Amino acid sequence: MSRIEFMQGNIACAEGALAAGCTFFGGYPITPSTEVAEHMAKEMPGLGRTFIQMEDEIASISSLIGASWTGAKTMTATSGPGFSLMMENIGYAVMTETPLVIVNIQRGGPSTGQPTMSAQGDMMQCRFGSHGDFSIIALTPSTVQEMYELTVKAFNLSERFRCPVFVMSDETIGHMRERVIIPDSVETEYRKPPEIGKLPFEADSTLIPGFPVFGQGHRVHVTGLTHNEKGYPDTNDHETHEKLVKRLVWKVESKRHEIADYDIENTSSEIVFLTYGPATRTVRQIIKDRPDLNIGHINLRIVWPFPEEVLSKFKSAKVFIIPEMNLGQIAREVGRHTNVPIHSLPKIGGEMHNPKELIHAVEEYL
Amino acid sequence: MPHIFCTGCGNGTVINCTLNAVVEMGWEIDDTIFISGIGCSSRAPGYVATDSLHTTHGRALAFATGVKMAKPDFNVVVFTGDGDLSAIGGNHFIHACRRNIDITVVCMNNMIYGMTGGQGSPCTPSGAFSTTTPYGASEPVFDLAELAVAAGANYVARWTTYHVKELTKAIKAGMETPGLSFIESVTQCPTSFGRRNKQRQPSDMIDHMKTHTILLSKKKRLEEAGQKVPDDYFAVGEFARRNRPVMGVKNK
Ligand SMILES: Cc1ncc(C[n+]2csc(CCOP(=O)(O)OP(=O)(O)O)c2C)c(N)n1
Ligand code: SF4
Repeated sequence: MSRIEFMQGNIACAEGALAAGCTFFGGYPITPSTEVAEHMAKEMPGLGRTFIQMEDEIASISSLIGASWTGAKTMTATSGPGFSLMMENIGYAVMTETPLVIVNIQRGGPSTGQPTMSAQGDMMQCRFGSHGDFSIIALTPSTVQEMYELTVKAFNLSERFRCPVFVMSDETIGHMRERVIIPDSVETEYRKPPEIGKLPFEADSTLIPGFPVFGQGHRVHVTGLTHNEKGYPDTNDHETHEKLVKRLVWKVESKRHEIADYDIENTSSEIVFLTYGPATRTVRQIIKDRPDLNIGHINLRIVWPFPEEVLSKFKSAKVFIIPEMNLGQIAREVGRHTNVPIHSLPKIGGEMHNPKELIHAVEEYL
Repeated sequence: MPHIFCTGCGNGTVINCTLNAVVEMGWEIDDTIFISGIGCSSRAPGYVATDSLHTTHGRALAFATGVKMAKPDFNVVVFTGDGDLSAIGGNHFIHACRRNIDITVVCMNNMIYGMTGGQGSPCTPSGAFSTTTPYGASEPVFDLAELAVAAGANYVARWTTYHVKELTKAIKAGMETPGLSFIESVTQCPTSFGRRNKQRQPSDMIDHMKTHTILLSKKKRLEEAGQKVPDDYFAVGEFARRNRPVMGVKNK
């Protein structure tokens, strides 16, 4: 059984988190993400779970990391400026392999920009914003239904890979209301316990060590410094550093094909749209309205790690058209993986792409 | 045990006093979590055989808030330095005190940034030399204990590494008091502070603590009598022990 509701995207995100077993939410208000925190504030106490409004976003992500080491499934929700504040500790979570979910309901930037308008301007920041080399996972819903499902998925991926996972949504999807099918229960993943005889940061062939939850006698020392498999600082040995950082990157990158999540349509097409988030909706509309254009489409539900293999499924592609609500952040990434020409269709200011703009772009190639 | 502290550093004394207090409390190792930020003082949890988090600069109290709110059964102890706590972490400090969350904060105030090589901190005394105050510190100093009292902590005390017994007792009293307990220990740093301020030997710094401290109660008495306490004296003792509402207490 499942129930059908008419729900706002941000509420669907909070509901997804509750269903996935989120037991700790720490946050700080910022438009257009606030409804996520407000809904969690309302629902968490009754379920015996913890909601806390921290003093800022740095404190929010710090509280998540602390809570996560006690075994809690943790989430925060924010938007651009708050996301920027979290960058240092995103790196800390990567380095210490702490599972947590960060929802970024993107708005127009830079700076305080357009608080109530939509954008996808943080796509590169989420990938490269923290210092050093690392890899992360980022999900991009294009419907309210996906907001629910991908939030659940974000928890599962963060538990499995022991890394921060981002739900990179935007004001359009966050504030949109749509019909959502809410299942009775969802599949949930839990971090694996440490193997007996293994050191706290010693990985097996999955490259992911078991998680030594605090209070269970592991006596683990967690540090953001380069550490050995015992967890203790070892900052001057280049081999320790290289081994650790490469493992942190590779544990995600080597599974990119498994992590990948996308829809593809009309793989024989010459003109192919690649979208994530709001533009997915517009492309679906023109495919419906204009079958004569014979458009191909890739909708990415996960942008990082970038699923480059999807591009080669379009063997006759003569162009990849990439409408984004930024000045071409993912278009550049697509260009790194293909010799097919890229047509970036940036749009900033807050409005999503309309069908006319996309059809116009297609007509240039007909 | 190999450690990173310089010879004569006061951090070891404070760690020792804290661990003695933990032992006296009879806390289970598995339920006791040490958390710190970044700095020489914040390396302390690495030398304690419990679960521990060595976090980012200034953020220890925010991490600790997450640990304690997610798991109120844990005893949470934070080690921090004066720079870590009051400069970069000042806002978290105020709010942890305001929430009066049930954790014990031990601050090793060496009046300087030790780990980065002796730059001025918000606690560098007026006129003291550091690599960023080459002409003597000119900014007003933070009184961390008074700040904690004003912000709402339930237990606040200040001692020094000279006052080993008092310091241990204060830490234990803090651990016994529900809510946030803040124990400041003025601590010698011969390497980064003493060397530049005519207290090259660790013993010079400890002698200075011995001769330039005054009991808080005595200071108040003198002030009430209209007598002036010299500017380079600082008060030690218990600044607050009270019963404001707390957060994150154990579910008993
Ligand atoms: C965000 C950030 N800024 C600056 C630093 C560099 N840094 C490391 S330790 C430190 C000062 C530590 O001073 P204090 O907290 O007084 O501790 P002490 O070393 O004196 O014990 C600074 C500025 C850092 N690690 N992170
Ligand atoms: S620099 Fe100062 S605080 Fe740091 S270890 Fe040396 S003596 Fe101690």
